[in-house]
Amino acid sequence: MKRFFAQAYLWLLLAMLYAPILIIAIFSFTEAKVLGNWTGFSTKLYTSLFSGGVHHSLLSAIENTFIIAIIAATLSTILGSVAAIGIYNLRAHKKMVMNTLNNIPMLNPDIITGISLFLLFVSLGITQGYTTVILAHVTFCTPYVVLCVITRLQQMNPNIYEAALDLGATPYQALRKVIIPEIKPGMISGFILAFTLSIDDFAVTIFTIGTGGLETLSTYIYADARKGGLTPELRPLSTIIFVTVLVLLIIINVRSARAKKRKEATL
Amino acid sequence: MKWLSRLFMKRHNWSIPYFIFLLIFVVLPLVLIFIYAFQDAEGNFTLRNFTKFITHAEAANTFVYSIGVAIITTILCILLGYPAAYILSNNELCRSKVMVVLFILPMWINILVRTLATVALFDFMRLPLGEGALIFGMVYNFLPFMIYPIYNTMQKMDHSYIEAAQDLGASPMKVFTKVMLPLSMPGVMSGIMMVFMPTISTFAIAELLTMNNIKLFGTTIQENINNGMWNYGAALSLIMLVIIFATDLFSDSDEERASNEGGII
Amino acid sequence: MKNSNYIIELSNLSKSFGDKKVLDDVSLYIKKGEFVTILGPSGCGKTTLLRILAGFSKADEGEIHIAGESITDVPPHERPVNTVFQRYALFPHLNVFDNIAFGLKLKKVKQDEIDLRVRKALKMVGMTDYEWRDVNSLSGGQQQRVAIARAIVNRPQVLLLDEPLAALDLKMRKDMQMELKDMHKTLGITFVYVTHDQEEALTLSDTIVVMSEGRVQQIGTPTDIYNEPSNSFVADFIGESNILNGTMIRDKVVKFMNREFDCVDVGFGEQIPVDVVIRPEDVYIMAKSDSGMFDGVVQSCIFKGVHYEMTVLTPDGYEIMIQDYNAFEVGQEVSMIVKPSDIHVMQKERICNTFEGVMSDATHIKMLGSEFLCNEQKDIVGGEKVIVEVNFDKIDLLDNKEDGQTVGDVRFILYKGDHYHLTVRTEEGDNLYVDTHDVWDDRDIVGIRIMPEDMRITRV
Repeated sequence: MKRFFAQAYLWLLLAMLYAPILIIAIFSFTEAKVLGNWTGFSTKLYTSLFSGGVHHSLLSAIENTFIIAIIAATLSTILGSVAAIGIYNLRAHKKMVMNTLNNIPMLNPDIITGISLFLLFVSLGITQGYTTVILAHVTFCTPYVVLCVITRLQQMNPNIYEAALDLGATPYQALRKVIIPEIKPGMISGFILAFTLSIDDFAVTIFTIGTGGLETLSTYIYADARKGGLTPELRPLSTIIFVTVLVLLIIINVRSARAKKRKEATL
Repeated sequence: MKWLSRLFMKRHNWSIPYFIFLLIFVVLPLVLIFIYAFQDAEGNFTLRNFTKFITHAEAANTFVYSIGVAIITTILCILLGYPAAYILSNNELCRSKVMVVLFILPMWINILVRTLATVALFDFMRLPLGEGALIFGMVYNFLPFMIYPIYNTMQKMDHSYIEAAQDLGASPMKVFTKVMLPLSMPGVMSGIMMVFMPTISTFAIAELLTMNNIKLFGTTIQENINNGMWNYGAALSLIMLVIIFATDLFSDSDEERASNEGGII
Repeated sequence: MKNSNYIIELSNLSKSFGDKKVLDDVSLYIKKGEFVTILGPSGCGKTTLLRILAGFSKADEGEIHIAGESITDVPPHERPVNTVFQRYALFPHLNVFDNIAFGLKLKKVKQDEIDLRVRKALKMVGMTDYEWRDVNSLSGGQQQRVAIARAIVNRPQVLLLDEPLAALDLKMRKDMQMELKDMHKTLGITFVYVTHDQEEALTLSDTIVVMSEGRVQQIGTPTDIYNEPSNSFVADFIGESNILNGTMIRDKVVKFMNREFDCVDVGFGEQIPVDVVIRPEDVYIMAKSDSGMFDGVVQSCIFKGVHYEMTVLTPDGYEIMIQDYNAFEVGQEVSMIVKPSDIHVMQKERICNTFEGVMSDATHIKMLGSEFLCNEQKDIVGGEKVIVEVNFDKIDLLDNKEDGQTVGDVRFILYKGDHYHLTVRTEEGDNLYVDTHDVWDDRDIVGIRIMPEDMRITRV
């Protein structure tokens, strides 16, 4: 009985959490202009979304979003992995300083990160555009990569680096043949996380994107929603974003579950 | 070049590039907010930005209103989220781990998409947009951020504490109030941080949920920056930072939260 | 030293981490082909010594030679030694074969030779046919074997083993001990083995090096170390012992338990405080009779498999541990005999505590990281450096650490028949030696109190 009520409560909350998304997803498959009217199944909104037509800049916004996400995630992964190895090898005091600094971007609200970077770019007289958005995204993505890689390093047997040296590897060989293979899963998780965060970001992007007409998906949605409430094409778009995120999250989840299982198998 | 390669022979020096990066893109920008906040448009030192905030009824009102909305949202999230976290972490009440993932998933969807979905829901149910929609939208947006840290704390809790309490003669009610509740407080604290902070700092959400009728503090800041009032915007940002810092001190659970965020699915 | 037959020469090594000295002027010479065990409790510096030998740490001072060549500044990957790590440290992303072949591949050994040597190494550790297994799927014992194979396949001149068996269960450990010993014989190379397990050390080694507090306490064969421990630490650490306070009356006569005994030790001087060590199996026990040297009452008697272990209380209040094949009932009156040659007399390392301090004013003294009240000093002014002496039994240890003038934790406990002799370390790393009748546990945090009248203060 207790279990029944508990389950009912959970499902009620889930219904509340998913109802809006479900409604959008369902009504993305009909043509009606007003949400809530069902005028029969159709994929016209999806085709018009991609055929250009009304939304000439949507395709370029999607393109920008992905290019920015790939570049930002790659740079974050490189910078973050190198940093993680460095931080892992620091002595206690300096390590604490670095960890605190690394936490700041994660704790700062997006709006503060956005405005502070905006002030940095205008103070330095840098024209805002592609570069500034990428730099901003690297700023808030790298801490998460550092966390992912450092977690891997902490799980690693600290002796394996020394074992490689002991067997005749130079420090560089030990890094390439032992450390990198060990932290690779952390780097991949960090990359996916950074990629997701970058695609998802709105608040930081809007302050660093400038007025040169560059748009990403979220600024596009924002501009569109502000203009006319809910244009019908935003329904398929939201659905696509939702499904993409879902798939990425399932990948991360399966990876970590598999890693856990492997770890348990060793014990 | 030789000194460079020698520098990077030492593994701990690998943190140097990131250290410099953090100085330029995290520390310096925060210092800039501080500097701008105490300057006028010509770059002279002034406190006018702050006196303007206090004397200017609109900004101050928005500020108080935003804090009110944030507090109400946080309380609603605790009331709704705590039982959910409790059920999720209890093996007898909820056996499936899929449920947990279902609750965490919405955290990862673009906040604009989620907000637009709420607007769509209200449209669909023919409900008017306004204060009600604002609170619903906020709770809807941030509820997972409350459930997750509480769930995490309860999950890690050693079950033998509860058994020990039962063994010592505590009734189920007493077990909850004397053991579960105090032990889950760190999770609640991180939850408060993770809900309260974004709620007072969001912008764009309120406009969409209320057809531009209600403005929150975040929106005020954004508008000032967009309209070229950088110094005033910076001052308002600084005020927000102070509020957040105060909340942070109050909850005092940096490490807890950091580990939560690091461990998100 | 080039012409010597020592393969490893460690001279005057010292190493500190911060203020803490982990190695203090350690010198060690190891012959080619020897099985040397470095034995000591955790934190005695033995692992640090091994890491310096392998090249993972650098000594602050001192020289290391291997096969006559100085390798003090040679990086680990160029040293002719290989290490077997405590927690195996196998590369988790490589299979068994690739783990073992790792070193050979780096040396660009030809593929068919690699195959041959890896197979041979696997055979040596009894792991034939495991080449393609994932190392994560192996049991602890199997991983340890792979780790050994990975080291010996490189044919090092010296094999370093850092508590290699610590993570295995008892049965496995015993089997591996035998195998290691065989392997040492077959390979004929030098083994340097680090452990805290005295039984393991006695079983395996040609030579044992006992370390404590960063210093070498004794070097010798297992028999030497067991039979002739050089101080009370070694006596207590190796095997079981009765350690008692005594006084050397003159050559060949020592007084302890309020009675004079004949012994074989000479050269200590007269009326000198000493430690007396008697192994439990060296005390002969019999029903009460006039032929005994001293009497007592059996307090406890436990069967230990082969022998019985009994504690006997003498009329003077000393507890003696005895091992014998015959059991005596609890409460029975018994008599004991100890042969002169079984009484081991040792120099005391110290007879009282000595601290360095600075006078803050006439009645206060700064030492041990805190300020102590002392009796008024007429002729010593504030700021002057002083030496403070305190007897072992004049230091009070208190349950409540706030009640003491400073805080420390119990590091080493020695039972001396009628009292405990404790080593207490303060947070600043100073050692205090305390005689007490109270029972404390290892790592107990205690408050430390010294009364003003118990301090003997002298100017430096």
